[in-house]
Amino acid sequence: MAMSKSRRFSLYYFSSPQSFYPLAGAMQPWFAALAVLLCAAGLYIGFFVAPTDAQQGEAYRIIFIHVGAAWMSMFLYLVMGFWSGVGLVLNTRLSSMVATALAPTGALFTFIALWTGSFWGKPTWGTWWAWDARMTSELILLFLYVGFMALQAAIDDQRRADKAGAVLALVGVINIPIIYFSVKWWSTLHQGASVSLTSAPTMAKTMLLGMLIMALGFWMYSIAATLARVRCVILERERHTEWVEAEIGRQT
Amino acid sequence: MIRALAWVLRRDMLLAFRRRGDVVNALVFFVIVVSLFPLGVGPEPNQLRGMAPGVLWVAALLACMLSLARLFAPDHQDGTLEQMLLAGEPLVVLVMGKAISHWLVSGLPLVLIAPLLGLQFDLPGNALAVLSVSLLLGTPVLSLIGAVGAALTLGVRGSGVLVALLVLPLFVPVLIFGAGSVGAAVAGTGAEAHFLLLGGFLALSVVLAPWACAAALRIAME
Repeated sequence: MAMSKSRRFSLYYFSSPQSFYPLAGAMQPWFAALAVLLCAAGLYIGFFVAPTDAQQGEAYRIIFIHVGAAWMSMFLYLVMGFWSGVGLVLNTRLSSMVATALAPTGALFTFIALWTGSFWGKPTWGTWWAWDARMTSELILLFLYVGFMALQAAIDDQRRADKAGAVLALVGVINIPIIYFSVKWWSTLHQGASVSLTSAPTMAKTMLLGMLIMALGFWMYSIAATLARVRCVILERERHTEWVEAEIGRQT
Repeated sequence: MIRALAWVLRRDMLLAFRRRGDVVNALVFFVIVVSLFPLGVGPEPNQLRGMAPGVLWVAALLACMLSLARLFAPDHQDGTLEQMLLAGEPLVVLVMGKAISHWLVSGLPLVLIAPLLGLQFDLPGNALAVLSVSLLLGTPVLSLIGAVGAALTLGVRGSGVLVALLVLPLFVPVLIFGAGSVGAAVAGTGAEAHFLLLGGFLALSVVLAPWACAAALRIAME
């Protein structure tokens, strides 16, 4: 890799909270705007363009929110685990801050996925909740997010909170596939539920398009929300520094 | 290394022997929780037989978790833990010793008394044997994973509730296949696959958990 003469172009320049703070502030509105645009487009396609499903009627339209939220809930845990690992190995403060900032968004998407799944289940399966493999492992994922946030909130020493959370997130990352397959085999052992998502018919192109656009919109929302939250975390943790005092003085 | 392991084991067993009340309390808790279920759901033998694996396993999970608070906290208070961190022996080995002694004190008694409780639930003979083997394979995993949770919450306020929040979701696979093996034995489909998976969990947690636990202890004692 060619070394840049100017310090400004080094990737590590932004690993300091002080220099990342303005960068996050500059990027955040763009991602937020993209999130609004993509979600609006996705919802428009979902509600007005996509055809009515032959089997499930109008109720299926909840997948435009449900599937994207479920994807994000799992993906964000991996991202959180990644930044936790980086923070633990390289001892970079910003990585841990990002992991902390990701957790509430991940928990939010997990909750949305469960909530919309329940709304979808009522008209199509006739029940609010079934002990289906995906629903159960999503519920356990929510517990893992809650555990991560509770652990970080309970520890007063900031560095210890970061590192303890990081160990927990990594343990969770190893466990997620184990939990998923356990629950999957468990629910196939209990044949009673007779609930299956896999028998869904092949999807119309507009449906798939709407779903992908919504998922992309959720991506943008996650990035925007995380950047906004990480800015708050930076200000809170660096409040004793001069640059934060100057920053707050400038804003008020 | 073996000597260090033996030292931790000997010390913890001696401490547990001197404070027998703690060991007995966890066991009595297990017995009481299991005995409450028939009172709650009614005494029909068929229903009880169906519930027995899950009830026994969930009660074992809770009993195991209750004693986690005592795993590192007393050593933390009297400074032994600091000496362990400073010792020349690898912390992973010492942590392994702590986990093994936790299992001997709070896991093994459950394994031994569970068949008796299974009889109260009208489980057939082969299911009782399967129950014992599944607990024998599963409870060490609980001790090992629990040790990570105990190390993470060491000295944190409200650590008793917090450790439950962290550890119980991670216990899910063990619960599924532990209770599943007994269910399979009752249904007559054989429990070998469940045992293999439980053994797999045990092997994985023996390799990974002491390592994560040692890292968590170092973080807690920084």
